[in-house]
Amino acid sequence: MRVSATYAVAVWQRNLAMYARTWKLNLLPNFFEPVFYLAAIGIGVGAYISEMRGMSYAEFLAPGLVCVAAMNGASYEVTYNIYVRLVFDKVYDAMMTSPITAEDILAGELLWAMTRSCLYGGIFFVVITGFGLAPMPGSLLALAVIPLTGLLFAAIGVSFTLRVPSMDLFSFYFTLFLTPLFLFSDVFFPIEERLTGFWLAIAEVLPLLHPVRLARDAFQGTLGWVALWDLAYILGVSAVLLRWSAGAVRERLTS
Amino acid sequence: MAQAPASGSVIEVRNVTKRFGEKTVINGVDLDLPRGGCFGLLGPNGAGKTTMLRMIYGVTEPSAGSISVFGINIADDARSVRQRLGVTLQENALVEPLSPEDNLRIFGRYHRLSGAALESRVDEMMDFLGLRSHAGMPVKALSGGYQRRLAIAMSLMNKPELLILDEPTTGLDPAIRQALWEKIRELQRGGTTILLTTHYMDEAERLCEQVAVFAEGKIETIGAPRELIEKHLARETLEVDCEASCEDEIFPQQLTPLRMRSGRRLMLYTEDASGLLARAHAALDDKARPTVRPTNLEDVFLSITGTNIEEGA
Repeated sequence: MRVSATYAVAVWQRNLAMYARTWKLNLLPNFFEPVFYLAAIGIGVGAYISEMRGMSYAEFLAPGLVCVAAMNGASYEVTYNIYVRLVFDKVYDAMMTSPITAEDILAGELLWAMTRSCLYGGIFFVVITGFGLAPMPGSLLALAVIPLTGLLFAAIGVSFTLRVPSMDLFSFYFTLFLTPLFLFSDVFFPIEERLTGFWLAIAEVLPLLHPVRLARDAFQGTLGWVALWDLAYILGVSAVLLRWSAGAVRERLTS
Repeated sequence: MAQAPASGSVIEVRNVTKRFGEKTVINGVDLDLPRGGCFGLLGPNGAGKTTMLRMIYGVTEPSAGSISVFGINIADDARSVRQRLGVTLQENALVEPLSPEDNLRIFGRYHRLSGAALESRVDEMMDFLGLRSHAGMPVKALSGGYQRRLAIAMSLMNKPELLILDEPTTGLDPAIRQALWEKIRELQRGGTTILLTTHYMDEAERLCEQVAVFAEGKIETIGAPRELIEKHLARETLEVDCEASCEDEIFPQQLTPLRMRSGRRLMLYTEDASGLLARAHAALDDKARPTVRPTNLEDVFLSITGTNIEEGA
């Protein structure tokens, strides 16, 4: 695999130029979604919950929602947007007439998806800091989890996008994959207290649990050995999926 | 900068075959493009022209055979080759919400241009293709002609030695086609080698020193447009409405065997059509609209690829 950083950055710059023109339309809905969850569930429902794992419900919820914002930022990018660039706008066909290779395109898109996850996750982090829900300085460590979440969900999403036969199937990806992850990955309730052995094992295999656990432990200052497993999971799964995607993207663009 | 090999060819295609599954799209093609020339690939839809171009700039891999561009084997180092060529695709790939300048900047960065070098090249291209009047406008507001100009300007950002144009003027009005042809000639005068595909025979005749007619994945004939006309047909054409039933009676085969039919319209090819015209006037009335014209590349093209024109009645 030959990736050139210069060419990957050129791909990233193309998306940035496009985004700079359309960010108002894109940023706002994605930004408000986790804010609404925080307000309705954290503050609204949370008023009826005296405490969860020794903290207020809003405090419990906040680090998980940072990861969800990062997950969403990357996921919209690598599903709908990449599909449009690949199939309708012929962006990659045009790039391939220049010295940019299929692998450079994948690397540039990955970088861009991570940028967007940082944008969404970062802005949401600022919001919860404003609400006093991010204990300082411990929660600053959780900032590193944002690009990692972006990396993981960019790798998962792009693997799906490269094989999906029609854009209509993205609704399955969101409602049957990302939504259950969102609901059952330690974001809303401590799963190890509510799920039994088998279901807990399933949750451990699924991707969102790992960034959420890292972020919450960073917020609470309780990072331990399990953080190494979470980190290894994120990097390992991303590496395997990206290696596979590199082959798929080459096949798609060079036949 | 590495020079082309002693043969002086910018592109050398050697016995190239491309199969997609069971289907053979390109079948044993050899091709040489001299430096500084303008070469046209002609052929009906689905003849494999675009596949041939994609193999030349190293995006599609041949199933067999080899391709060198600038003396570099494309299979070894497509990146180096693509640094030195430009491609205008059949479909414009523009970033529609952005201005022409921003589109040029984006493409310049694909070629590692940045800073002052990038800005000065953007300026040059805005002027060269007459885009200045549309500066700052979102590309989606531009007419088809201006969008096409921009697409060509983008493929020139890296000052390519070889410019590949896939159907450069399809769907454009005559004035814009003329303007683009002039730009292509200007580039060629400046030393750029041009390789284009086209459906328009007038385009090929005006621009290309050499053309190759593709049919079913093979080069059926190759040469200068005039040579091909002389080789396959004859200098003049008589066109006349004439039913197939009385064709042999009015224009017996011994006058000229070179002929094509499209419905009622009969085309006869000969070195001097005055004799045929006289026969037409004598045997048919004016409604038959007999016309003498110079034979063109379209006639050659149809005589090679277009058997369907004879069945078209």
